[in-house]
Amino acid sequence: MNRRGFTNKISLAAVASILGLEIVYGHRMPKGYRPLGLQDPDPFKMFHKDKEMVVLNNKPWNMEAQAHLLNDDITPNKYMFVRNNGRIPENIEASQWTLTLDGESVKNKKTYSLADLKDKFQHYTYQLTLECGGNGRSEFNPPAKGNQWTVGAVSCAEWTGVRLRDVLEDAGINSDAVYIGYHATDTHLSGDPNKEPISRGVPIWKALQDETLLAFAMNGEDIPLAHGFPLRLVCGGWPASTSGKWVNRISIRNKVHDGEKMGGTSYRVPCETVAPGSKVEDSDMCIIESMPVKSLITYPKSGALIKQGQTLNINGHAWAGELEVSKMEYSIDFGSTWHTCSLKRPKNRLAWQHFNATVSFPKKGYYEVWGRATDTNGKAQPMVLPGWNPKGYLNNACHRIAVKIV
Amino acid sequence: MGKEFQKQVRSLSKSLLSFLILILVLFGGLYYWANHKSKPEITEIPLEVSSEDYDKVENGIHVATGFIDDRGMQETIQNCTACHSAKLVTQNRMSREGWKATIEWMQETQNLWDLGANEELILTYLAKNYAPTDKGRRQNLEDIEWYELN
Repeated sequence: MNRRGFTNKISLAAVASILGLEIVYGHRMPKGYRPLGLQDPDPFKMFHKDKEMVVLNNKPWNMEAQAHLLNDDITPNKYMFVRNNGRIPENIEASQWTLTLDGESVKNKKTYSLADLKDKFQHYTYQLTLECGGNGRSEFNPPAKGNQWTVGAVSCAEWTGVRLRDVLEDAGINSDAVYIGYHATDTHLSGDPNKEPISRGVPIWKALQDETLLAFAMNGEDIPLAHGFPLRLVCGGWPASTSGKWVNRISIRNKVHDGEKMGGTSYRVPCETVAPGSKVEDSDMCIIESMPVKSLITYPKSGALIKQGQTLNINGHAWAGELEVSKMEYSIDFGSTWHTCSLKRPKNRLAWQHFNATVSFPKKGYYEVWGRATDTNGKAQPMVLPGWNPKGYLNNACHRIAVKIV
Repeated sequence: MGKEFQKQVRSLSKSLLSFLILILVLFGGLYYWANHKSKPEITEIPLEVSSEDYDKVENGIHVATGFIDDRGMQETIQNCTACHSAKLVTQNRMSREGWKATIEWMQETQNLWDLGANEELILTYLAKNYAPTDKGRRQNLEDIEWYELN
């Protein structure tokens, strides 16, 4: 038996079980946390995800839902997509966690413990839509570089925390403040301790919105590890990369935040539209702010066989970044005619809205049900791919499911 | 005095010896246990696959990484999967220029090292096996799993 074979078979857990050792402070470990350096090969167990979730990448961990998994009004953890730019931090002690406010435009640099934040500031709960800027990337032509998300990198969970505004104002914001940038404890894939995997942010006007939270709970429980335990910045309606996980520092900046993945092609699109495949200079790229109007048909699952004469009840969600969705329609004839769905108002600003409709089919055959949402500015989802961009962001082309009448 | 000293030495060496034996038995037992008993908690968490399994290729795909088996694959695995998963490579499609630009971006910003003579081999491998195909402005719905809905 060679050395490698031996190390294959022996593990920390095995040693612990041989020696009868208990894991010290085991009771303090957050749910979903594994002491084996997150090497557990089963991400579904490790992150408490449903087996139907799709793993796009295991280093770093990236996982998306399928449309039919997102049928709940409020997305439970098991169906929530996971997006990481670096390695998930380990050995988090919530009782030792601090958040520092600094930057050129902070009046008083301040550090708060997690307990301070919870005690000192009022708590708010909002349902907030978080969509990865690259959701739908897999459809771009020519293909765009990165994780090939299909439709499932979106969620709307219920987040509880304190308003970022209240904390920023407590530290004091100088009048020259234009942006905030977050810093977090995730680590770079290369292992370089001097590199941050991601450090993004939002303009000060977004940071000061009622719904922009420093959240410590998701769906009424501690935030799951993969989603930012113990403290996450949540900026609903914007690319989810602005909602920094494991946040331990917020910088109030007197210029656009220049952290990792704020420049180049990262989370930026050509300021002026370009032909597919164009080379775009960095100076011609603009930062994505609000996500565009979009919708998902979450019931039924694509592929339903229905008997002739039966009606089909469809439902799903629609969202529009900073805006509200004003109209939801469906088509069963490839976009030739559209019919209105019943659409609910959002629970709060930046929450996704639920729609449903009863669909009749005229005769046997193959159909596609297409969904199209329109926002309060009158912008609707396109039926083909929207403007091409180098990294394949902002694909809000209408969602389609296949149905056969038999 | 001398007798007393000899006695002390004897008793010390005795306890040292018994301690050594204890250690030997413990580690010997540990080694034996780890190698010969198939306890479920050991087999459930393999840290790495053994070398025979690692080289396995099925239907032209390298099973352990998912890479297409072709000239340049080993160099690609060695240089491209130290930091990130093979999945980040295999889910992407790029032209030779695109792959080259990606390598340069990683060298400039992500601590990727100089690939030296392997760069040519890796670029050829990637451009051949992971080249883009024209998908048009919207593709057909594919891989539909049909099921009866009442």
